[in-house]
Amino acid sequence: MPTNAETAQKAVQAVRSIPKDADGPVFNAPWEAHAFALAVTLHERGLFTWPEWTVALGEEIARAQAAGDPDTGETYYLHWLATLEKLVAAKGVTSTETLHRYRDAWDHAADRTPHGKPIELRPEDFASGIA
Amino acid sequence: MTSHDHPHDHDHSELSETDLRVRALESILTEKGYLDPAALDLLIETYETKVGPRNGARVVARAWTDPAYHARLLKDGTSAIAELGYAGRQGEHIQVVENTPSQHNMVVCTLCSCYPWPVLGLPPVWYKSAPYRSKVVKDPRGVLGDFGCELPETTNIRVWDSTAEIRYLVLPMRPAGTEGWSEERLAELVTRDSMIGTGFPKQPREIP
Repeated sequence: MPTNAETAQKAVQAVRSIPKDADGPVFNAPWEAHAFALAVTLHERGLFTWPEWTVALGEEIARAQAAGDPDTGETYYLHWLATLEKLVAAKGVTSTETLHRYRDAWDHAADRTPHGKPIELRPEDFASGIA
Repeated sequence: MTSHDHPHDHDHSELSETDLRVRALESILTEKGYLDPAALDLLIETYETKVGPRNGARVVARAWTDPAYHARLLKDGTSAIAELGYAGRQGEHIQVVENTPSQHNMVVCTLCSCYPWPVLGLPPVWYKSAPYRSKVVKDPRGVLGDFGCELPETTNIRVWDSTAEIRYLVLPMRPAGTEGWSEERLAELVTRDSMIGTGFPKQPREIP
């Protein structure tokens, strides 16, 4: 079941709000492409349907707008990322706590990695626990 | 003092808040078997040309046609690139290095955070790979050969290692046979690889 551009194209059709041009989705930064590809992959694994995703994303965007987000497109993938985090927790794949723990571990890994070396997660990155 | 106490130490790597959260998701999902990182990379690679405004080609074409811009670009790359509407999000400095018959420039850095993606788009997968990084430093001519490019023996090759503060953009040599071309047409000749230094611009016969 290979993830490919064709299934990604279906995602673009299913989620109409995705920023795109004639050829497909466009991104402002590499992490946005990652967040997009993660949702495509999880959808392929059957974790959610696109209608389900659209509802969850819509709620996230509405919440952000209510909190003052100008919703000019710059923040679109921030909402996308928040939706991913909420859905994987809601589906029991992981928990919000685990997400935070891994986020902090990656922060620790980046801090101890000299510039120019690939950043890799090691067990010691979880040990620090200091804020 | 732990390594956490050096907010101004630029020797170590930095990841943005969103990068951290995306990486957290990716590592958890990989551990749980939901994700094959290689498959994810493949999917993302299909969007290589879809990230960032990609005004690198415009910068190069302007420098080829406008001598005053060319001079400003080499003197202060960051400001000259900003003239065309690009402003660095993290305040990184961009230095432009010019290819000449006697010197060819190549750029390296293993981290996508040190790739001038706002001008070049998404870094190709090979750019981040350890083999590219180690080989380009030891054997740049061999790496060029891997990309199917040959330089005269008399051309010196210089490799620029990106730092947290400085990103490099290669200004390739303008292809022969393009006299009188418009900036727009010239920009079509400028490939991403030619701005990393792992390739040359297209030849006039290669575009319609």
